[in-house]
Amino acid sequence: MATTPAAPESARTTGPVTDADGPPPSAPSGRARSAWERLPVVARTAIFALAFAVIGILIANGISRYRDFQLAEIAAYLVAVAGLTVLTGLNGQISLGHGALMAVGAYCAAVLLLHAHLPLVVVLLLSALAGGVAGVLVGAVAARLRGPYLAGATLALAVGLPEIPKNYKYFGRDEGLTINPPLPPGWLGTNAPIERWGAYICIIGAAVTLFLLANLSRGRVGRNFRAVRDDEIAASLAGISVPRTQILAFTVSAACAGLAGGLLALVTPTVGPGGFSLALSIQLLVAIVIGGMGNLPGAVLGSIVLVYLPSWATSISNGVGLSKQIGANLALAIFGGMLIVVMLAFPGGIAAAVRRTWWALTSRRRPATTIPAGP
Amino acid sequence: MNARRLAAIAAGTALLASACGSSGGSSSNAAGGGGASAPGVTATSITIGSHQPLTGPAAPGYSEIAPATAALFAYVNAKGGVDGRKITYNYQDDAYNPSQTSTVVRKLVEQDGVFAILNGLGTPTHQQVQPFLNSNKVPDLFVASGCVCWNQPKQYPWTTGYQTNYAIEGRILGQYIAQNMAGQKVGYLLQNDDVGQGGKQGLDTELKPADVVSQQSYDVSALTSGLGTQMSKLQQAGAQVVVGFAIPAAFALAELAAAQIGYHPQFVVSSIAADPYTMGGLLQSFSKGAAGASLLNGVITASYLPSFTDTSNPWTTLFKKIHDQYDAKNPFDANTIFGMSVGYNFVQLLQKAGKNLTRQSLLDAVNSADLQGPGLLPLTFSPTDHRGYEGEQMAKIQDGNLTAFGPVYKATETGPITTYTGPQATPPANF
Repeated sequence: MATTPAAPESARTTGPVTDADGPPPSAPSGRARSAWERLPVVARTAIFALAFAVIGILIANGISRYRDFQLAEIAAYLVAVAGLTVLTGLNGQISLGHGALMAVGAYCAAVLLLHAHLPLVVVLLLSALAGGVAGVLVGAVAARLRGPYLAGATLALAVGLPEIPKNYKYFGRDEGLTINPPLPPGWLGTNAPIERWGAYICIIGAAVTLFLLANLSRGRVGRNFRAVRDDEIAASLAGISVPRTQILAFTVSAACAGLAGGLLALVTPTVGPGGFSLALSIQLLVAIVIGGMGNLPGAVLGSIVLVYLPSWATSISNGVGLSKQIGANLALAIFGGMLIVVMLAFPGGIAAAVRRTWWALTSRRRPATTIPAGP
Repeated sequence: MNARRLAAIAAGTALLASACGSSGGSSSNAAGGGGASAPGVTATSITIGSHQPLTGPAAPGYSEIAPATAALFAYVNAKGGVDGRKITYNYQDDAYNPSQTSTVVRKLVEQDGVFAILNGLGTPTHQQVQPFLNSNKVPDLFVASGCVCWNQPKQYPWTTGYQTNYAIEGRILGQYIAQNMAGQKVGYLLQNDDVGQGGKQGLDTELKPADVVSQQSYDVSALTSGLGTQMSKLQQAGAQVVVGFAIPAAFALAELAAAQIGYHPQFVVSSIAADPYTMGGLLQSFSKGAAGASLLNGVITASYLPSFTDTSNPWTTLFKKIHDQYDAKNPFDANTIFGMSVGYNFVQLLQKAGKNLTRQSLLDAVNSADLQGPGLLPLTFSPTDHRGYEGEQMAKIQDGNLTAFGPVYKATETGPITTYTGPQATPPANF
């Protein structure tokens, strides 16, 4: 299935689907396909992922340590946001609990790094696995719930799960666990800052995740996700198991959140209950809406906003001299405001808006109207 | 299609690049530890940073500390600064949330390029950044917490404590109970982290195990549900004395919960929750005006700094003058005294480190420090002792006043408790 050109199917889907699909292929099918279009999806997405990693690493090399740290954070959050955008945008399930699933991955990575001597790759894979296992459990429940009930159930997860480690010395209680961040390997140079190595790891993690998700969403699995999202009855008549598809979507998405948590644990390098509050789960959701649901490049934008907005808000409130009580909540207020503005002005998210503007400027053909996907 | 698709990706990455790069350039001189010139220091300025609970559960009272320190620096700056350098105190809110602390401190060190971190507040919070600061060789001085963990000069040579640590404080409070309330049943109320653990360690050294009838604890994150359960259990166990190692909000909740069930033990509390002004305000706001500072009458505590209500103390008078000039919008209370004492002792360290200021020269100054300042006893450090103040005087709260009594005791976590008989410093005439 992977070799099927993306064009015919993405033309029919309603949402702003997956990767940066150029304008909908309304061009007559008689037009000869270029060499690029004849490449299999796997090759194309691999090229994009590679380009993403190379550009990310080039950026990481040119910036200060603190910016490297922020870049690493962006890449780590991107993994979670990309996973969530697939769940919500492609499969139509909402999750307010992804912050908690990140906590599962983060604690898993921290415990493994503290008590077991495993290669970093294995630790990260196990974080993703831990997130995925949690995802199967949550997904099984989620598949029985719809709309606000699903939101409520996952909300309970976001509120409840971070409370658990507070009760166990093993998880460091309120203080959390502090790990030794991985040291940069020798080939990075003797003075390479630890933050840059962290950024490398996170960028590569994000590139791999984006590659896998892009392929998944273009293949049969992705089509099943969308079929279930658009009409469950029609999907089941077509032979798709609705609950199984929903659980699978939740599992994939939760594994991404677990990996994101593991990556974040490496760069922070502390894992505590305070880092995975309900606010984080909501911010992840805001990030996918801002970026455009189901839209992977949009997830990049959403993650940038997620990381930068709080520090911008702090600078603004310090600059204007707002009271600390207001300043501490300014970022959340701006998130809320952005959410409203984006939903009203660009329902397909900022990435879709940028794309539409681009087409409007460069093409006489009108792109198909984008309808926000999901619930 | 291909060109457009590529262009869309390019636009996205360009945006990423500009977002990361635009402000990245401004910080090229910020990072880096050691070296010939010290980060955060110029011929005319020193920038230091801190993380403080300006909002969140520990904000009541503690949020006044950093503004008081900043006021003292403003006073020093108005007189020309230290060696011609004016001090900028860049303190940031971490809401007493350990996860925020690491972000805030990383930004201060790597982005804002501060010379040192001063008086970072909180045990669970500061523990998150102690390894980071030490591996980057950033002076991490006068941590605002009585955890014994700041005194690990071998592993963490750049970190020092400030206040008398909880273990020593526990010993001094425990000794007082053993001597003056002999035979009474004692209950503990402990914060569920190193605050409570340190206090318990000291108390257990001085009290007979048979006298301790109940030990209750709470999580800071669970304070919203009150301390009713803990106080009932202490009452049921028949504790006549309740010793608290708790933050102000928690101790206020404990007082209220006890009053509600008609339980009136003798309260003995750590100095961190013994500011009558903060406590009175908390009691009033938690009880919606039904209770107030009168609940605090008779509470026993201990102190290593002069009382803010002792107008005969020259330090209190000096700090009140600075407060009225530079910090008038905040109340004048024990937190003010604490913040200004931190500032004063830090200025003493800078003077000692001299004109050729580097991170190493500051650390050298710390390791031979014998600072005669506002403290009831000198603040001393050595290469093997990074505790901070090592003693306290007993004190009592009555009608909003914090009044010290008895001798100033000197102790460490083990060994005998002695009496400090040295001189009390007075502010220099030119300060």
